[in-house]
Parts: sequence; structure tokens; C-alpha cells
Amino acid sequence: MTRQGNILVVLPHPDDESIIGGTIIQHIQQGAHVTYVCMTLGEMGRNMGTPLFANRVTLPRIREKELDEACRILGIHEVQKWGLHDKMVEFEDRAYWVQRIQELIRATKPKLVLTFYPGHGVHPDHDACGEMVIRAVSGLAPEERPVVQCIAVTRQGKQLLGPPDLENDVSDVVDQKIESLLQHQTQFQLMMGDYSPDKPEKKERYKIERLWTYRF
Amino acid sequence: MKRIEPAAIQQLLDQLKGEEVYIHLEMTTGAYAAHRGEANLAATAFISNAIVTYSQGSIAGEGPYRVGLKTEKGWVFAQGLTHWEDAEHDKLIAAGHDGDGKLVVALQISREPF
Repeated sequence: MTRQGNILVVLPHPDDESIIGGTIIQHIQQGAHVTYVCMTLGEMGRNMGTPLFANRVTLPRIREKELDEACRILGIHEVQKWGLHDKMVEFEDRAYWVQRIQELIRATKPKLVLTFYPGHGVHPDHDACGEMVIRAVSGLAPEERPVVQCIAVTRQGKQLLGPPDLENDVSDVVDQKIESLLQHQTQFQLMMGDYSPDKPEKKERYKIERLWTYRF
Repeated sequence: MKRIEPAAIQQLLDQLKGEEVYIHLEMTTGAYAAHRGEANLAATAFISNAIVTYSQGSIAGEGPYRVGLKTEKGWVFAQGLTHWEDAEHDKLIAAGHDGDGKLVVALQISREPF
């Protein structure tokens, strides 16, 4: 199998990676080495499990473990937890974190970076995260710049950005993707609704992942 | 988290009265409320590790519950509390969860920062 180089994933919350879990698995199967920067621990999340088994104080450690387990199943090689405060990403010293992202790109030389599309994240942390990644990559010389593919979740995303550059069919790895998603036990009832592996029709919406390439 | 037992909450409020304590007070519709059409507005406010001293604190209501803390110059108030952490004996960890189990309001009081 030919090695497909390094991929850097930069997202703010544990479970954000599951949106593109199939794409990540496929890259890894093709030999890519994946580093995932998860900026926060999602400690301000509203879901404490059903029935409630977490609380505001225990949530960060529980979600950290869920993240580790989910990433193990995806096959992600390295997870970096940067420890920013959930919901506060946009109020951080952006210049500092942009520089940290730049340093990581220079050190790992990814061919591809995956993040949120600025302005299309819905959650302010998603937008702030995407903006910092775009600023970091913009600051590199054109020949140093990796390809940046972005997740867009706004309703008007398709109208404003045009059709996705990549409409990725992940049917072949969808079970592994869902298994990873289910590790986010405090969160998955909210994310998946009445999902049950016995209902094949529920799988359908996890089979396509859409990404937009950022044009610098 | 367990369903609130008002007598146990009152005991903790009495225990923490009159000293400098750290408070986490939060209310949120969630960041996705407007996106999902659940509300016109996604609104959240929280203050973490605010240092306050209260001279009286009590729990009221039949459930969901209200807690009011009288401070030297004002009040701390939370409404809609449904659950608490009964494993904690020297701090109050209380929250209000909606029908889907999502946190809407939180009130936490401790001698140590959260």
C-alpha cells in the first residue's frame, strides 16, 4: 500500500470528527498518517447522557475518554488536546493559536488539512476554529500550503458555497464510522436521534460526507 | 445525577453559607437552537468561578426548584433545577435538564474553584 502522507484534522469538540469519520478511515486505509487537534473537551456540552450519568464537573474527563475511544476506532494515529475552553474559542488570543497551528503544519507537513468552513459552522467554536486554520494556512508561502477541505453545516451552505467539491461515499466503512460515533456516549442520543443499528434506513445519512475545498 | 431532594440541597446551602465560595451559574438554549428552529434565538450566559459570599440561601418550589442566594449587595438566582449530584458532600452541583435530558440551567457552589 502506498503511503499517502500526513493529514491534519483541526476541530474544536470531541465528536466533531465523526462528521467526517468515514473520510478519515478511508484515508488511513490508504496509508495516510492522521494527526487530530481537538481544541476543547466539549466541557460545556448540554448532554450528560441518557439516563444522566455525567455532570458539569465530570463531563470534561468523560468526554476525553470518549474521544480517545472514538479515535482508536477510527485509527487516528495521534490526538492532541489543546485544552481551550469549550464555547470560548472565538475569545482566545487568535494570533497565538494561529501560530501554533502554523508550527504544527510546518512540523508535520500535511498534504491535507480538514476543518470547518469559516462562517458555515453554525457553532461559534466551529467558525473560530476554521478561521484560525485558514489564517494559519494563508500565512504560509503558496508552495507550503496543504489542501484545506472544510465541513459546512449551515442550511444555506450549498447555495453560498456551491456544490461540495467532494461528495464522498463512505458506505464501505460506515459500520466502523458509526461504531466510533457511538463511543461518544454522553452525546450520541442527541446526535443520532432514535438511531438503532437494526434500522438500516438510518444508516443512509451516514454514508455520504461532504467537503468543500477552501480557495486561497 | 439524581432528582433533586430539596432537604439535602438546603443542608448544603446552609453548610456553605457565610464563607467565600466559588459559583458557576449558567443558562443556555444551546448553540444550535436557532439552527434547529427550536427557538428564535441561541442564547447562553455563564459565569464560572465567581467568588461570592451569601448570608442566606434557600431552595423553593415543588420541582423543578428555585434557589436564591442573598449576597451583600444583591442576589444569585437559578430557576428550573431538576437534578443534583448526590455523591458530593461539600459542594453543590445542581442543574436543570429538559425533557430530552439536555442541560438548560446549572448552579454549582464550592469552596474550591471548579
